[in-house]
Amino acid sequence: MAVIVHEDFQFIVQGITGREALNFTRECLQYGSKIIGGVTPGKGGREVYGVPVYDTVREITDKERVDGTIITVPLAFAPDAAYEAIDAGIKEIIIITEGIPRKDASAIVEYADLHGARLIGPNCLGIIVPDVCRFGSLGGPAVDCRKAFKPGVVGVMSRSGGMTTEICNALTLSGLGVSTAISIGGDPVIGSTYADLIPLFEADEDTKAVVVYSEPGGTAEAELARWTKENDSRLPIVAFVAGRFMDEMPGMSFGHAGTVVNKKVDSPADKMRRMREAGISVAEEIGDIPGLVRERIGN
Amino acid sequence: MRFYEFEAKQLLAKSRIPLVQSEVANTAEEAEKIASTIGGPVILKAQAIAPGLAAASTREVSDPGAAKAAATELLGIDDGGRKPRGILVEARPTGEAVYSLSFTYDGTAKRPVVAAANMAGKIDDLADEHPDRIVRRHFSALFPFSDYIAKELAKSLSLGGNDLKRMTRIVSGLARLFLKYDLADLDITSIVKLGDGNFVVLDVEADLEIEARHRQRPMLDELGFSKDDLRQVREPTEFELEGARIDAEDPRGIISPIAEFDGNIGLVIGAGGGSLTLTDAVRKHGGRPANYAAIGGNPSVDKARRLTKLVLTKPGVDKIAVMSNVVSNTRADLVARGVIKGITELGFEPADKILIFRVPGAWEADAAKILEKYGVEYCDRTVSISEAARRAVEKVG
Amino acid sequence: MAMFIRVDVDNSVIEKTSGLAQKLVEVCPVKIFKPGSAPNTVEVVEENVDECTLCDLCMQATEGVKVVKLYE
Ligand code: SF4
Repeated sequence: MAVIVHEDFQFIVQGITGREALNFTRECLQYGSKIIGGVTPGKGGREVYGVPVYDTVREITDKERVDGTIITVPLAFAPDAAYEAIDAGIKEIIIITEGIPRKDASAIVEYADLHGARLIGPNCLGIIVPDVCRFGSLGGPAVDCRKAFKPGVVGVMSRSGGMTTEICNALTLSGLGVSTAISIGGDPVIGSTYADLIPLFEADEDTKAVVVYSEPGGTAEAELARWTKENDSRLPIVAFVAGRFMDEMPGMSFGHAGTVVNKKVDSPADKMRRMREAGISVAEEIGDIPGLVRERIGN
Repeated sequence: MRFYEFEAKQLLAKSRIPLVQSEVANTAEEAEKIASTIGGPVILKAQAIAPGLAAASTREVSDPGAAKAAATELLGIDDGGRKPRGILVEARPTGEAVYSLSFTYDGTAKRPVVAAANMAGKIDDLADEHPDRIVRRHFSALFPFSDYIAKELAKSLSLGGNDLKRMTRIVSGLARLFLKYDLADLDITSIVKLGDGNFVVLDVEADLEIEARHRQRPMLDELGFSKDDLRQVREPTEFELEGARIDAEDPRGIISPIAEFDGNIGLVIGAGGGSLTLTDAVRKHGGRPANYAAIGGNPSVDKARRLTKLVLTKPGVDKIAVMSNVVSNTRADLVARGVIKGITELGFEPADKILIFRVPGAWEADAAKILEKYGVEYCDRTVSISEAARRAVEKVG
Repeated sequence: MAMFIRVDVDNSVIEKTSGLAQKLVEVCPVKIFKPGSAPNTVEVVEENVDECTLCDLCMQATEGVKVVKLYE
């Protein structure tokens, strides 16, 4: 079992000939992921690392099953790329591109909802199920990626792509390992929040506990706390909240675009309080996370 | 990016939202003159954007004679290292009923949302004490705004007759403006119903989505925003401006944000969540960061090189800590190349200047080889973020 | 000028295949190759060499290019 992806999951990369896309395309292939095509307008007919490049998404979906797409096109083209993928019938969409205004992100989510597609991101690194499928750029080259992500029992959701790997690395070093890790994105409007995704972990028999990484800004933690209270979840949750120093610096944005303390609900102190009240354990340091997980799952 | 209120009101005026009579004064004398033209009680608002100034930046005076003294005082307030951008002098209408509106994005629903209350104030602050007085409606960023949404909102505020129609026009106008100008937040903290039955907007707070500043350039030009005016809560320092220039000149990777603090540990740290976690960790171990310079999105060697030079030449900084979470798309080897190149170009030995290099992850084997060649110890992934920060703090003394 | 990478080009190999020089110019994600003065040849853009991402696309295209890591 796994969340969202599976062993036969086949996907494409939109913007495959860019500097970053080349990097992670090669890495995913080395990891064993099935990338069946790439799209860069004007470069149709080429190949990168054996993956055929097309001008349009439909050229691929017309002849093959495409389960997902990773979008890493430049900012100005990102909404268009998402609409193209959704209209071509792709259901799992990851947007890695950073800096998409929230109006555009919101419009993309609404369009995806109307067509039964799911959006992860923007401004995220995607999904990995260790040793099964890597759908995105989590973990770097396959050799480095395998060091940070070993199969195990903990589901991970993180607003920071980098911290997804950091936390999974800590879980792997501790021997607990990772069931599925999802970098959900750091923007104020993202396609899938903790509360949207946690039912998937709930349904995943490999997952025994969930770790979330959070930071200042937004309502996602309050929403997760509410979900946890309202649903009698079998999953213990351990959270880490970064950016505590920002409580002293209202109005300044650090880290991601969504990371700012303007409202009360934005503040790390408020998030920690709400989550603790909902029975979520809050770790003081990344290094404390594995111990807390073990305590909670009685292992 | 916060608009000054007078700018926000220019946007509202363009959308034909009814406003009270107002004008910007640049001197106390001008303020007095405007006040006497308006006549009667006026409100003076220092045009400031730093947080927490709301009370300090506003004075109500009952006659124009008192306006000059109040304006003198207001022009002296400190707006995060800036002077106020003039004084907005406004008529103070009285009316029987007062409302407030707030437009923002709801991260849970992932849609724009408008909230309304039948009392004055910022809806966010009202929400805790008076949840029963607030009504909400989501709308779409994909489809054009439709007036019935505003009508339903007005109806749920229990408005009827002409009030309903007038409020519908205001809410629709604001919703369209909110979308058209890529606002992230728009708070109308008071709308008053005048004796003649018309509504007027009194107080406005508006923020532009920072990521939309390029495509909103025509509107910003019209308002007179200079290109590098990002409306931070405090005036950016030369160090911060130079960091922003380095970032803007090379699209490969991102250095953002960059902020100057007054500590002694120069930081070149991984962006996003890693930078937050690392800054917390340095402070927890008693360290004083000299800066915040988060570098991510797989920066080019050149970007890392220029950032290293900027941080290392900051007065009071002798050594830098190069730290990051386990990286995925940012490459440890490219960061190592850039950092070493920057230090070498300044004429220093990398081993003398790097407190710690903790960038595990993508291409770490190459990074380790590069560092070894220059005699710098490489910390691998078994050294936790907290431990790396502790070592850096200890070394800097 | 480059401290970490050296890119060696053997134009006598590259000019033998038509279109290869152009392909090298296009394939490198950090613009290390530019068209040489003679037809079907390339020149190395020295100030970009340290940006090499070691993506190997140039070497996959031809034996006429060698990318050398100066740190090992
Ligand atoms: S390895 Fe890649 S980056 Fe380096 S020179 Fe060749 S094509 Fe360019």
